[in-house]
Amino acid sequence: MSLLLARRDNTSGPKQKAWTPYLYILPALGLYAFFILYPMAQTVLYSLHDWRGFGVPRFIWFDNYINLFQDPIFTGALLNNLRFITFYTLFPIVIGLLLTVLIARRRLFGLPFFRTALFMPQVMAVIVVGVVWQWIYNPAFGPLNELLHNLGLSGLAKAWLGDFDLALPAVGIVATWVQYGFCMVLFIAGVQRIEESLYDAAKIDGAGEWAQLRHITIPGLRAEISVALVTTLIAAMRVFDLVYVTTSGGPANRTMVAGLYMYQNAFEMSRVGYAATIAVVLTAIILCISYFVIRWRSQMAEE
Amino acid sequence: MAQTNQLDAGMIAPSSAEQQRQTRRMAQTDRLRKILTTTFIYVLLTIFVIIAVGPFLISAFTGFKTNDEIVRGAFSLPEVWRWSNYADAWKQARFGDYFGNSVIVVIPVVLGSVALSILTGYAFGRMRFRFSRALFMLFLLGVIMPTEAYIIPLYYLMDDLGLVDTYWALILPQIALSVCFGTFWMRGFFAAIPTEIVDAARIDGCTDWGALWRVMLPLVRPAILTLVVLLFIWTWNDFLLALVMISKEELRTLPQGLAFFQGRYTTNVPMTAAGATLVALPTIIIYFALQRHFIRGLTSGATTG
Repeated sequence: MSLLLARRDNTSGPKQKAWTPYLYILPALGLYAFFILYPMAQTVLYSLHDWRGFGVPRFIWFDNYINLFQDPIFTGALLNNLRFITFYTLFPIVIGLLLTVLIARRRLFGLPFFRTALFMPQVMAVIVVGVVWQWIYNPAFGPLNELLHNLGLSGLAKAWLGDFDLALPAVGIVATWVQYGFCMVLFIAGVQRIEESLYDAAKIDGAGEWAQLRHITIPGLRAEISVALVTTLIAAMRVFDLVYVTTSGGPANRTMVAGLYMYQNAFEMSRVGYAATIAVVLTAIILCISYFVIRWRSQMAEE
Repeated sequence: MAQTNQLDAGMIAPSSAEQQRQTRRMAQTDRLRKILTTTFIYVLLTIFVIIAVGPFLISAFTGFKTNDEIVRGAFSLPEVWRWSNYADAWKQARFGDYFGNSVIVVIPVVLGSVALSILTGYAFGRMRFRFSRALFMLFLLGVIMPTEAYIIPLYYLMDDLGLVDTYWALILPQIALSVCFGTFWMRGFFAAIPTEIVDAARIDGCTDWGALWRVMLPLVRPAILTLVVLLFIWTWNDFLLALVMISKEELRTLPQGLAFFQGRYTTNVPMTAAGATLVALPTIIIYFALQRHFIRGLTSGATTG
């Protein structure tokens, strides 16, 4: 508060003017530096130490990293993150595009209603989503198996989240269910900016729906698709809440992901240095993804 | 001129009765096809709406049932509307306490972050100073960074400060993180204000400080409301930070409380469903009241990034 008051005086004299911008930034930057940036740097430092959360940390160079990449649970977890990309990125973008093509350029009555409803899962707490879907998948009294029984498809009823091969796709479907509305809304907004004359010209040239999609809609949505790519790819790498609450990584680590393995190492097994190493690797991957997608986007924009 | 007009007319008007009938038939099939596609689209969209909203709805209904009823079928309506499940979830399962905790955390986070973001957004959007680009990039880093990147040392930092198992352990890091997105979000809106307006304010004797609060703030009010909505929902839904920082039962936030309840009482489906509905309800209400802000914020916030 005293900072805020001091600022007012500073703006009056011309000599202090050069300082003013920094004073506006200082409170936010101070908090950010102390609670986020400083721990971020420490994470890297932690990863070079053997530390169990108490006592003196032992500096061990890159031993944690070497052990990490020989740890089958970690490599398996990273592989699962990659598998989740199908559900977090591929499916939502494809479904979002298809819905967009179907509805965006028609005058549909009630479009805002559909948009609001389909977007809703996106604003829910992931924990709520996870709790609700865990019940839906419940083998004994879950609605999904009940629905299959009612349709005469009892043979398809499964212990979805307990099945070695089905657990990951079952959690993945939930992720798709959350993400596609976001992609759709993003794409609809984008399509509305594409000039109608492009489509008219294409129709005169005899281009069908598919050709219009390939040559006008998708190139016109380049910016939106790259945004959807960055957001959903990062979401696939960061997945934590959903797995924590639905399967806790099980059965037999079949749905273990890097974020959850980091949490378990740091806060359940007291392998703090090792957990920090996972955090560093995960962060590096996420930064790489952001960098490459943004570069791809600016390259496309230049062409 | 006259000639071209005639030519046009000749092309449009059919010359014989046979052709006339043909065009009419074509127009009919065309209309039929249009009606069919529209119907198809509506049916498809309705299915998608059922899939999107259905899980929340049957879960809310399940909150009114008994365990026996649930075993009999998930899709039937409850025989008796048992509000007592919700009351029990609120009192016995302590969702009322968790609700209070969430409110105590969310309000200072949203107010603090928005106030600080207005200051930084104004500085980056309207002032020229050395290192402004580098500093802005530093804030952007916070938008991309995953929680995993800092959560472990943050826990030990909070432990050293004696703040673990207090609301501060949630409020301070949440503000520190939220100002990153807030800075980025507000900067764009301040930068878009026409220079003439600001100059006029200066000539009238406004200081930077006065111009910000009296002239510019009213102009960016919609952006602030969207920011409030976004920060509310992100803080309300946050889980990992609370999971790490809070171990005392009486301090748990709503998502954390729900996760623990579900983990411990897997078989108490009605109460879990009631709890999930209680956690979701404020979000749903605010979402439907301010959905334009949500959708615009979440998508345009991403597009400009």
